[in-house]
Amino acid sequence: MGRLKTIGRRAFLVGSTAVVGGVAFGFYLYKKPVENPLLADLGSDEAALTPYVKIDAEGVTLITPRADKGQGAYSVQAAMIAEELDVELDRIRVDPGVPSPAYWNRALADEAVPFAATDQGAMATAARGTVGAVMKIMGMQVTGGSSTVADGFEKLRIAGAVARETLKAAAAQKTGVAVASLRSQGGAVILPDGTEIPYQELAADASRIEPVTEVVLRQPEQWRLIGKPMLRVDTVAKSTGTLDYGIDAKLDGMVHAAVVLNPRQGGVLSGYDASAAKDMRGVKKIVPVTGGVGVIADNTWRAFQAAAAVECDWGPAVFAPEMADHWAELEQAFDTDPDSRGRDEGDVENTLGQTPLTSEYRAPYLAHAPLEPINAVVLIKDGRVDVWTGTQVPRFTQNNVAAIAGVEPEQVHIHAQMMGGSFGHRLEDEVARRCTELAMEMKGVPVKLTFSREQDFSHDYLRPAAIARMRGAVEGGTVKALDLAVSAPSVLTSQMAERQGMPMPGPDSSISQALWDQPYGIENYRVTAHRAQNMAPVSSWRSVGASQNAFFHEGFLSELITAAGGDQLEQRIALCTDDVSRRVLETVGEMSDWGRELGPDRGRGVAFCMSFGTPVAEVVELTNTPDGIRIDNVFVATDVGRVIDPVNFENLVQGGVVFGLGHAMNCEITISDGGIEQTNFHEYEGMRLYQCPQITVKALEHNSRIRGIGEPPVPPAAPALASAIFDATGVRLREMPFNKFVDFL
Amino acid sequence: MKLTVNGADYALDVEPEMPLLWVLRDELGITGPKYGCGIAQCGACTVHIDGMAVRSCSVEVGAVDGEVTTIEGLGTRESLHAVQAAWIEHQVAQCGYCQSGQIMAAASFLEMNSEPTDEDIDAAMSANLCRCGTYPRIRAAVKTAAAKLNGA
Repeated sequence: MGRLKTIGRRAFLVGSTAVVGGVAFGFYLYKKPVENPLLADLGSDEAALTPYVKIDAEGVTLITPRADKGQGAYSVQAAMIAEELDVELDRIRVDPGVPSPAYWNRALADEAVPFAATDQGAMATAARGTVGAVMKIMGMQVTGGSSTVADGFEKLRIAGAVARETLKAAAAQKTGVAVASLRSQGGAVILPDGTEIPYQELAADASRIEPVTEVVLRQPEQWRLIGKPMLRVDTVAKSTGTLDYGIDAKLDGMVHAAVVLNPRQGGVLSGYDASAAKDMRGVKKIVPVTGGVGVIADNTWRAFQAAAAVECDWGPAVFAPEMADHWAELEQAFDTDPDSRGRDEGDVENTLGQTPLTSEYRAPYLAHAPLEPINAVVLIKDGRVDVWTGTQVPRFTQNNVAAIAGVEPEQVHIHAQMMGGSFGHRLEDEVARRCTELAMEMKGVPVKLTFSREQDFSHDYLRPAAIARMRGAVEGGTVKALDLAVSAPSVLTSQMAERQGMPMPGPDSSISQALWDQPYGIENYRVTAHRAQNMAPVSSWRSVGASQNAFFHEGFLSELITAAGGDQLEQRIALCTDDVSRRVLETVGEMSDWGRELGPDRGRGVAFCMSFGTPVAEVVELTNTPDGIRIDNVFVATDVGRVIDPVNFENLVQGGVVFGLGHAMNCEITISDGGIEQTNFHEYEGMRLYQCPQITVKALEHNSRIRGIGEPPVPPAAPALASAIFDATGVRLREMPFNKFVDFL
Repeated sequence: MKLTVNGADYALDVEPEMPLLWVLRDELGITGPKYGCGIAQCGACTVHIDGMAVRSCSVEVGAVDGEVTTIEGLGTRESLHAVQAAWIEHQVAQCGYCQSGQIMAAASFLEMNSEPTDEDIDAAMSANLCRCGTYPRIRAAVKTAAAKLNGA
């Protein structure tokens, strides 16, 4: 028997109401019910029982409020509901729903507290609870922090179970058969004689009874879907060119727009001359927008052409104009008071001694560059604003658009679109804001704004550039002391405070994310974060602080282990204080047959990182060929507690490795004259298919808490590659991208 | 100006220098081909002209001298092309935005090389960028499609 889930007291069900011939079901944890957004627009013959399940004459719709940017969020959310609801994934529809506080993200709180993911003590747990409550009050409907599964694993299964049991209760009432004699399967309640009553036929009845408040979640051995290979709900559409992304939105009478923004990012428009552009074919309107000029035309290409023909007078740079200035700002920040000291164990200063090993590591700015350039469609008509866009922050966008359009947030209707990648860019909403400015000039007409690839690159909010200064000492074949100091701009301040207006007092733990919270037991261990100022605006980039800090931490740890004369894998296993992480390290050793003879000109490296509570260990094997370094194999071991869909899981891990390796190999964003220099993929290539290694993935399931996998495979890739390059060539890489120092095939 | 796309004839009134991609997307509403870079670097816009894979973002519509096939014309849900079936079997897509172009590139390549080696596949498919990193699955799907097209 499963654990009885009593929802009463601490959680409330939202009462049922009729939806066009049906119902919608939901459940909320917390002391006060949140309004069910599905109830807002109901007709007299419609019903809704939860914010996650809607049943009407057309069938079952599962509401999947976490945004899908390619990671399969819609599918995995649907699977968790469907597991308990007893519906098949190829027979339901998914709908991201509307922005609502009901869809707040509790799991994000896990990352917002100053306790390591491995810390399950009373203080850490209490802090997560408090921050979680704040997130609920603020209605933080945010997709990020690899939290979709962690947040939904229980919540969505309960939503499915509540809906199922309520439908069974309705069937019992309708047929007179006891609930205990009813089963559910394939979207229907099954009577003892085998008669099937489709959920659609029970929806209206279900809406008239009190929802069932006690449900028993199924045990893992009873699962039909979870843990078994699934066909993602979007795979067929994405293989036939029939999936509509935001950029594909088509509305009657729609016009197409482009912007040209001050190449000195964030700078103002001082003046412009549109005389050459305004008479170009198809141009309807040319208007100033924040930081630039917008062109509205009848075709995207014509808008691009006309935007290029506008003569603009740009204001000065708003941050340090040259890249050298940015490195200088990062260096100067080491002389300022620390933003935080996340770890301070033992007596670092005395154990370092007179001649510690020292290293300085650097990581460049990076762009998100999802393959779908950012875009939005906005229609303003009769005081109502409709926005079609891909977004990870729909409620922020709702508020920001409302402020520009001069309406209440409730008048802004966000239609969440499937995204062609994000990697964090869709946590920003500048394209919806600029598009709203344009739509204000074209009321009654839907305006689609597509950023050109060049505008998308040059106005991205970047992964921070960062410097680490590290000291260490070894003794008796092991690491005795490790002192890590890092300098980086604050993502939280730039992204959340400056652009979303949310106060972000106190330290920014992302500056030293994956430095202070790693499960290593080093006797004398200190981590200090410094906050750099006057840098380019920065944002969350797939794996956030861990993306650069794992390179720093693991890179320098490798140097220390080399100095101690130890084995890179054995030493990490010996230093590891977390059982789950240690098994991950041991497993990657077994997978790669660590220690076997690799042959001439070959090398291997290992790196580990725990980010977002997910431990990941990666081994890279490569060959130093006469034509450059060829990465042959990558072995990945990880543990998220429970894999929902092993097919998508493997795909995400492999993709994370490619993402981490590709950027470490050849990507950087540099600044000149106050703006981003790189404009397109010829200057920011990433990995190409011929460079892709064999990637072997193994998932363990010992983690006591369920975790996400979207980001955690990224951080270990760069340091594992650097370590393998050192092994093969003797070249120690302390700065990304590596192609500044070595050649790749 | 006349254009044949997926077997249908269209009469167009556009500048001959407009890239084929924007004619397809904004004039004809055929949005399977995607805009990714605009300079033939990413391959998301790949379509066929008389069976040959081309970057529609960098082909002027006035220079098109054959029949255009987009992903929509390659196969449908009900009648999948072997490459599309392989893409589904291997569940290649993550965000999927590049995959229309990847599939069109693979279909054209397999027309010309029915028994590709691993090196052939790497060479043919490396001009198409995938930011999500689905390359291991693209390789596997191309092999499956090749076997299927050879009647295996």
